[in-house]
Amino acid sequence: MKQTSSILSTYTADVSGVASALYEMGGMTIMHDASGCNSTYNTHDEPRWYDMPSMVYVSALAEVDALMGDDEKLICDVCRAALELKPRFVAVAGTPIPMMMGTDLPAIARLIEARCGMPTLGLATNSMHSYNSGASMALEAIARRFCGKDVTRVPRASGARPSVNLLGVTPLDFSVTGNVPALRALFEENGCSVVGCWAMGSSWDELMHAGEACVNVVVSSCGEGPAAALREIYGTPCVTGLPVGESVTLEMLALIEKAAACGEDQSLLNAPRAAEDDKIFVIGEPVQCASIARALREDYRLRGVRAISPLGFPDEDAIFSTLKKADIVIADPLFRAAAPADCRFVSLPHEGFSGRIYRSDIPIFIGGAFNEWIERELSL
Amino acid sequence: MIDLHKPDYSGATVKIKEAASLAPYEYGVEYGSPARGLWNIVHTAMLLPESHQIYVCAQGCLRGVVLTAAEMGASSRFSTIAVCENNVLDGDMEALIIEGVTDILNKLPKQPAAVLIFTSCIHHFMGCDLNYVYEKLLARFPDIYFTDCYMNPIMRKTKTPPDPMTRSRLYSFLERRPALDAKAVNIIGNNYPTEASSDFVRMLKSAGFTVREITACKSFDEYRKMAESSLNIAYMPAALTAVKDLKERIGQDYIYLPLSYEAREIEENLDKLAARLKIPKIDTALLRAEAERALSYAARLVGERPVVIDYTATPRPLGLAELLLDHGIHVTCVYADQFIPEERPAFDRLREKYPELELAATVHPKMGLLPRANASSLDETIAIGQKAAYFTDTPHFVNVLEGGGFWGYDGIARMAEEICEAVINEKDTKKIIQVKGWGCCC
Repeated sequence: MKQTSSILSTYTADVSGVASALYEMGGMTIMHDASGCNSTYNTHDEPRWYDMPSMVYVSALAEVDALMGDDEKLICDVCRAALELKPRFVAVAGTPIPMMMGTDLPAIARLIEARCGMPTLGLATNSMHSYNSGASMALEAIARRFCGKDVTRVPRASGARPSVNLLGVTPLDFSVTGNVPALRALFEENGCSVVGCWAMGSSWDELMHAGEACVNVVVSSCGEGPAAALREIYGTPCVTGLPVGESVTLEMLALIEKAAACGEDQSLLNAPRAAEDDKIFVIGEPVQCASIARALREDYRLRGVRAISPLGFPDEDAIFSTLKKADIVIADPLFRAAAPADCRFVSLPHEGFSGRIYRSDIPIFIGGAFNEWIERELSL
Repeated sequence: MIDLHKPDYSGATVKIKEAASLAPYEYGVEYGSPARGLWNIVHTAMLLPESHQIYVCAQGCLRGVVLTAAEMGASSRFSTIAVCENNVLDGDMEALIIEGVTDILNKLPKQPAAVLIFTSCIHHFMGCDLNYVYEKLLARFPDIYFTDCYMNPIMRKTKTPPDPMTRSRLYSFLERRPALDAKAVNIIGNNYPTEASSDFVRMLKSAGFTVREITACKSFDEYRKMAESSLNIAYMPAALTAVKDLKERIGQDYIYLPLSYEAREIEENLDKLAARLKIPKIDTALLRAEAERALSYAARLVGERPVVIDYTATPRPLGLAELLLDHGIHVTCVYADQFIPEERPAFDRLREKYPELELAATVHPKMGLLPRANASSLDETIAIGQKAAYFTDTPHFVNVLEGGGFWGYDGIARMAEEICEAVINEKDTKKIIQVKGWGCCC
């Protein structure tokens, strides 16, 4: 891998994933960075920034502080802001220079907590990994720190479906164009009451009742960390997958029943092995595009469907080579240049890749709405 | 959390009479408003015709610049090399850049005339041998011009922040000429074209001068002709690094005619230029009268409405505030985190004349949480600048950045006209101000 990209964009980084995941929780997220990470996040990654206030800040690391290793400045600045604004918690996430300096973020978090008395999380991101690792790390840290063992699972009434938490919901994968309410509504309408949606649209109190749910549904790779934490704390099993299309939705509901009954984790992501003659490609977030690939196979009997998730820095040569013989590519519009000119390109904008550029074109892809959309796009 | 029913603006705002210095706030962690305002280094570098930008940095840093280029529809002039953990640990940074740039240039359908390579904070701290990198690249691609540029925001509070540095590197392809054209001058360091009606441009044109500016260059060759001009003119503070570099490197002298809203300084600037080029000074009486007429009309139209100004609209928001207040326009607040030293005289005069004028920060952490609209005002606020429009939540704003290419008495008249336009017409503030480099036409 040459690590070069002459055409393609890049997925947003772990530090933005942290801020996005914690955005609605009433905490204060500090990106420990000079500048740039916050600007990128505010501009391209965070559709809630204009209308929904949240305490996401940059530490404004200066050259002299980096050279002198002056962590004390960061600690004092964060404590001052925290004491003034009184957030529910503080999270400090790293970027490239703190990584190079060997900044010990968990230790800094302990010092901040000791001084200002607020729960503080130190998250060792470095802007060199994808957003899903940062969001997963942040949600896991919240679950481990705040989800009390005193919460217990609420027994379901006879005949009722299992209650669920939705894990890994951020605008980076679901935007703000209607997919989150649609996701929630789908589970509710099918009898699975939603205890908490981690982390869009649920209050802090709802999130803290996560232990009451029978099953955790990991709807994106951002949900893997909290799923592991909640399993350890409450023994809650998880189901990984996104209900897109009629067949996959039914399958998801069945897996939720199964997980609730046997207590074992379940997953939709047992995709067939990649084959040389694959002709249909779905590119994007791993859980989402694997679920879409499965929906295409199950609802439309399409074969040779492969999901690709280059969430680390996309290897442009590898993507061009993989897509060389594609008949259909379903991906963010900024992947269009990598697809053959004569293939059918279905635009599925992904906020974590192209940011806000194509936001208004993001379709509702939850449940049956996926079928309506894809049938229209592919004239099925 | 902040009590939004009793918002406490202390620390984030101060009356000018109580401001202790040109940097009146204590800073720590910083907020970034959704109003993007100024251009970033990608926009500025796109001003160079027939060039290609290559950024070498971590995934998180690439994200912002990649999407800036994509939003401009300029992805074909833009490439990236990702720095990963292993590159930091293995110390193979030079090879990563050399091989990465080679790979990119070999893939491009057409070789660019010039390549701007932006290295980042990581290279700065690792002591990456950039001389070696550029030597190798020049040997591999002898027909391409390369220059070193820097995306190192960690330097933004030093004497060489990224913005002036990029404006300076933009002219690094200009080479010393054996003879200079005495009848040609350059305007250096602007993102926006200077209005042809500006006082000093009119004066130069009347005296038969050719005026060159990168914003008007259509080709790399046209840009390179800027090296033939005998004098560089800068009027933006961020352009000073560039003109000083050009003087030292290729012997082009410069003159600084700072953008001003004060008659005395405008006259001094024009006198200075006339003396330097030995040309007649433009007759300013009519220009000044026209500016006064425009201000008077604007004052009547604005009436009692509060007016607010931010630092993205002009590098001298205090100077503009003083001009407007002196002409009966009710300026209530100036949004800026600090003021440049050039603003000291206006700062001192405003403290005397208008001590109740409010100053407000833009990056203070409270600014992200406090109510935006001025609920106490019955009249709609008129904002000059995108950040001021955001913080006052008004659809009536002057969408001007960096002075808008206006200069002198003509510039004052043009600003007054823009204020009138803002009073009369509403804008879609949310849509406009979130986009960086809005209106960028490169």
